[in-house]
Order: sequence, then C-alpha cells, then structure tokens
Amino acid sequence: MGVAPEEARTVKALYADPRLDVLNHPHPSPLPTRGGEFPTRSIPSLKAALVDQFLQHLVNAMVLGGAYALLGIGLTLIFGIMNVVNFTHGALYTFGAYAMYIASVSLGLNFFLALPVAIVAGLALGALIEILLLRPLRGADIDTTMLVMIGAGIILQSSTLWTFGGVAKAIPNPFPDAPIAFLGVSISWIRLFVLVAAAALIVGAYAMINGTRLGRAMRATFQDADTAALMGVNVKVIYTATFALGSSLAAAAGALLGPVYVVFPQMGDLAAVKAFAIVILGGLGSIAGATIGGFVLALAEEFGAGYISSGYRDAMGFLIIIAVLLAKPTGLFARAERVG
Amino acid sequence: MTRYLPPFILLVLALLPLGLRDPYILNALITGGIFAIGAISLNLLLGFTGQLSLGHIAFFGIGAYASALTALGFDVGLPFGVRIVHEGAHPFFGFLAAIIVSGICGYVVGRLSFRVRGAYFVIVTICFAEVVRLVALNWIELTQGPLALTSIPFMKLGLPGVGELTLRTKIQNYYLMLGVAALAYLVVARLVHSRFGRAMRGLKENEQLAVSVGVNATKTLTVAATISAALAGAAGSLYAHYFRIIDPDVFLFTYTVTMVIMVVSGGKGTLAGPVIGGVIFGTLPVALRPYMAPEAQWIVYGAVLILILFLMPRGIAPFLDDLFKGRLKRAKTPSSVVAKPQLEGQS
Repeated sequence: MGVAPEEARTVKALYADPRLDVLNHPHPSPLPTRGGEFPTRSIPSLKAALVDQFLQHLVNAMVLGGAYALLGIGLTLIFGIMNVVNFTHGALYTFGAYAMYIASVSLGLNFFLALPVAIVAGLALGALIEILLLRPLRGADIDTTMLVMIGAGIILQSSTLWTFGGVAKAIPNPFPDAPIAFLGVSISWIRLFVLVAAAALIVGAYAMINGTRLGRAMRATFQDADTAALMGVNVKVIYTATFALGSSLAAAAGALLGPVYVVFPQMGDLAAVKAFAIVILGGLGSIAGATIGGFVLALAEEFGAGYISSGYRDAMGFLIIIAVLLAKPTGLFARAERVG
Repeated sequence: MTRYLPPFILLVLALLPLGLRDPYILNALITGGIFAIGAISLNLLLGFTGQLSLGHIAFFGIGAYASALTALGFDVGLPFGVRIVHEGAHPFFGFLAAIIVSGICGYVVGRLSFRVRGAYFVIVTICFAEVVRLVALNWIELTQGPLALTSIPFMKLGLPGVGELTLRTKIQNYYLMLGVAALAYLVVARLVHSRFGRAMRGLKENEQLAVSVGVNATKTLTVAATISAALAGAAGSLYAHYFRIIDPDVFLFTYTVTMVIMVVSGGKGTLAGPVIGGVIFGTLPVALRPYMAPEAQWIVYGAVLILILFLMPRGIAPFLDDLFKGRLKRAKTPSSVVAKPQLEGQS
C-alpha cells in the first residue's frame, strides 16, 4: 500500500470528494514507498514490474470482486424472485456501512461482533421496506415499483445525510497496519479479511438457497410464483425473506468495505449503479451470473484503471454493460429472458 | 373548457412575476421551470411511449455543455493530430447547438438502447448518463472537468437590424424559460395528437399489436427519443446561460429523479402532467425552506413521491380530470389490482 492505511484514511476523509469517490479509491500502488523505503528487490526489469503489477491488480480485483459479487447477488435475487428493480440497494449498502460504524465506533462493539450486527440490521431494514412498501404494491407495474423504490432510496440516503452529516467517517479495524507482502504483491490484512468474509457470505448464500427448505421455496417462487403458491408455499413470506436476504447482502458489502475505505452518505450511489452493471453482466436473475459478473467487473475496472486510464475506471463497468446489452442482451449467463 | 385551460395557465404564469419581488422565489421558479421543460421532454418518452428512461439528465447536461462551449469557444486536441479550435459564438447559436447535439445523442442512444426493454432499458439509460458524467469529469481539455465551465455569457436575443437584448435579470430569464416551456409544450402536444403520437401510444399499450398493424417500433421510439433529447438539450442550454457555470454534477442521477418525479406525480402520458408536477416540485423546496433543512426536504420529496404513487397511481392530472368530470370512482389503488396468491395459509 502506498500510504499507511490509517493515514490514508484521514487524508481521504479530508480531501475526498464523496461523490467522486465511491467504492474504489486509489488502488494500492504496486511499488511500496512507505517511509521512503523502496521494495527490497533491486530495480526490477520492466517485465518483472509488469508481472508484479499484474499480480497486484489481480489481487486487488479479487478483493473488490468479492464485495461486488455480494452486491450483485443481493440485487439479482430480488429481481429474479420478485421482479423488482431495487433502487434502495445503494442506500442499503450505505446503511450497512453506517450500521457498522454505529456498532463498532458509537457502541464500541468488537469489530467481529459489529459485522454480524450490521448484517442483521440490513436484514431487518429490508424486511421492513418489503412489508411497508412492496407488499401493498404487488401486481402493480414494474415502473411504479421502481419509482417507489427510488423514493425509498431518497428517504434512506437523506436520512443518513441528515443524521450523520456529509463528512466522511472512518471505521477502525483491529488488524495490523502493515500489509502482507507475498511474491511482490502486497495486500493489507483488512482487505484479506474482506475477501475471506465475502467468500464466506457468498458460499453461505449459495448454501441457503440450494440447501435449505426456505431456499427451495425461494427457487420454486422464482420459477413460477403461482404454482409455488398452489403447492403450499407462502409466497408473501418468501418475498419478504428474499428482499431481506438481498438487503442483508448489500448491507454486508457496505459493512465490509466501510472499514477499508471511508463511510459517507453518497457512497451507495455508484455502488448501486455498479450492482446493476454486475447483474446485467450476469443476466438478471442469475445468481451464478452475479457472482461471476462481480469479479469480471472488478477485473475490468482494476486492469482498465491500471493499464488504460484511471480517470475512466468507473466508466469501464458501464461500457461493459452497454457492450453486453448490445451484443447479448440477456447477459452472459442468463436464463431465457425477454429481449426486444 | 379544456381547450382554454393551457393558455389560461400560461397567462397566470406570465403574470406571476409581476406580483413577486423576492429574488429567491423567482430563482426557484426559473430553476423549477427549466427542470419542468426537462420533465415535459421526458414525458414524451416515459409517458407516451412508456419507456422509463433514467438517463434523461444526460441530454440535459449535454445540451448545457454544448451551449456553453459554443458560446465560450474551445480548443481541443483529438486523436490523430486533429485539433479543433472554435472561437466563442453568439449564445443563441449555443442554444441551437444544444438542441442539435442533444438530438443527435438522443438518436444514437435510442438506436442502440431500444434493442432492449423493461428493466434492461432502464439500466442502459442510467449507465449512459454515468458514462457521460465521467467523460465530462475527465475530458478536462474540453470541459475543464471538476473545475467547471465558468463565465458562460448571458443568453442574448435579437433580430438583425432591430437590436439585441442581453438577458441579465431574473425576470427576463423567467420569461425566456416560460417561452421555451410553452414551445416545448406545443411541440409535444402537436406530436401527441398526430399520427405519430398514435403510433407511440399504440406501442405503449401493446407493442406486439402495434407492430402487427404496421407500426415500426424501433423507428417510432427512436424518433421520440430524438425529439425528447433535443427538448432536454434546450432546457440544458437555458440552465447553462442562466446559472453561467456548469460542472459535471449537472449529470447527477438526482436531477433525473427530479424530472421523473415531476412527470409521474403530475401524471405521465398527459400533457398537463409535467407542468403540474413541475410547479409542485419546483416550488416545494421554496415552500419548505423556512421549516426544514435541505436533507429533510429530500426526505419529504421521497415521501411525497411514494404517497402520490400509492394514492394516485396515475398522477395528479388524471385524478383532477376525473374529479372535475364527476367520474371519480373509488381511486384504483395498486392493492386492488393484486392477484391474491391462491390457497394461502396452507403452508
């Protein structure tokens, strides 16, 4: 990492323009210069440097991709099962990060305890939104639902801004500041933790959907809600559970990336658009697609920023979506979906 | 009666500033009005063809930049050693450039994005707006990036040989806004009542049926998108020459949401809808200002949007229409259209 994480956070908190600076921040420089100290290896050949950079970008992309996949799975689950384009997804991501902040900083909980608290808070908020707003709207056209979700997203985001103010906040983590260096690649402990935790959550979500009774009911509803209802599935409960689960995954992504970067009320905006990108890439409704889509987007951003232009880093994802939709509008891994 | 309503409302709006001395309110009216023009243009797409475009602000912003750059002049290098140098021009040419450039962008985006529908279309349009914002942010040579384009000249209107008027004051800008709004309204009204408008509505009601009777779906939608984008570009041009400073934030998603709220609350697919929505949501911030912080205002915005969708799913204009004509049956709330899951409670 270029600068000590603690220091980097303060600097970012002071200077970062929250609107521009979402989800991905200066990607760690491949050449550690901490304390003016150059890497131990002697001046590497250009080829070696490129290889190192390549590995570094790859590692960074994996970390980012884990969080992206969480965001994408949550969104695609909700779309696939409920046919709702969830515009509160970004707000729930922000909510997760702030819940993490409240739990670990304001309440002083242990970092590893604060994380599940934040995820459960996201679950509860998701269930609340579903019961209050979506349940009465079931059967309404998709545009109405989308607009109601936009309204809810605005309310959530503005509430966060009102409560916490616009200044970015940092969440301390209990890991050592010094990054792990391995094969010329450096990764900070917190990022490694994010990668592991995200992988665990993804596996957990898969296990839940594929292995449990609730998951089976969800898949049945996904295939055909009416038939599922006839077979005795309580579709109402499934909808609430689905939305809550998707929301908790978004909150988890926020709670995991909050400590890596900084937390601010608009952090969800670009995150939401990226989640859409991921879901489009993988095909709306495909969970495996969202997982792969998350990693593909992270790779594209990381390598695009590293080798092409860092200014257009966020544009990579959108260009990919536009390209995918024009070439194969159902996404790369979709079930058959309508196309115009 | 309905025939005389639009001119009457125009008259009321034209007389409004005579009784107003508060520059803040006038400013709010102008800003609200400019976004209402955006809403009128969005309504063409969202209301009459039924395509929810959430990237509409892109055309507004492109219009703003095109207009400002035409008026200010620019000097930009392109790949292959091409260099384009443009001296500043008359702001009115900026206005025309805004309409043309936005229209072309609308055409291209329409051609590409109408290959998909529904949620896919919504997301493509959002992505388009984001890409444009990032270009505005990063193409510093042309747009100054986050440093913003400043000192954009005032709009000038004039006839050769008669003289020229530089629109400096708020009142003058108010009437300019009102004039453009009236024109935009007329364009949309004429269009909707034409054969083309029937094709658009046919596509909205039932695309397969419309296509089967010979409506060219992609062509109709693309033309609607082009006109809609051109009108949004005109609104963007007004914005640029009124505020005289634009930065990439003009492309923020929030502004699209503002326009969408105006259209949906007023009544999508009605001519009066965006005007009513524009008046309400253009003035709501002013009305709320003494009572609450801006963040709280946004919360009210969100809540009002949700309430309107729940109580008047078709918007205010159809609701009022029903009310006046005494046709007001029990308002059809979304829950009444819900197909109740059968055999509930057996699980």
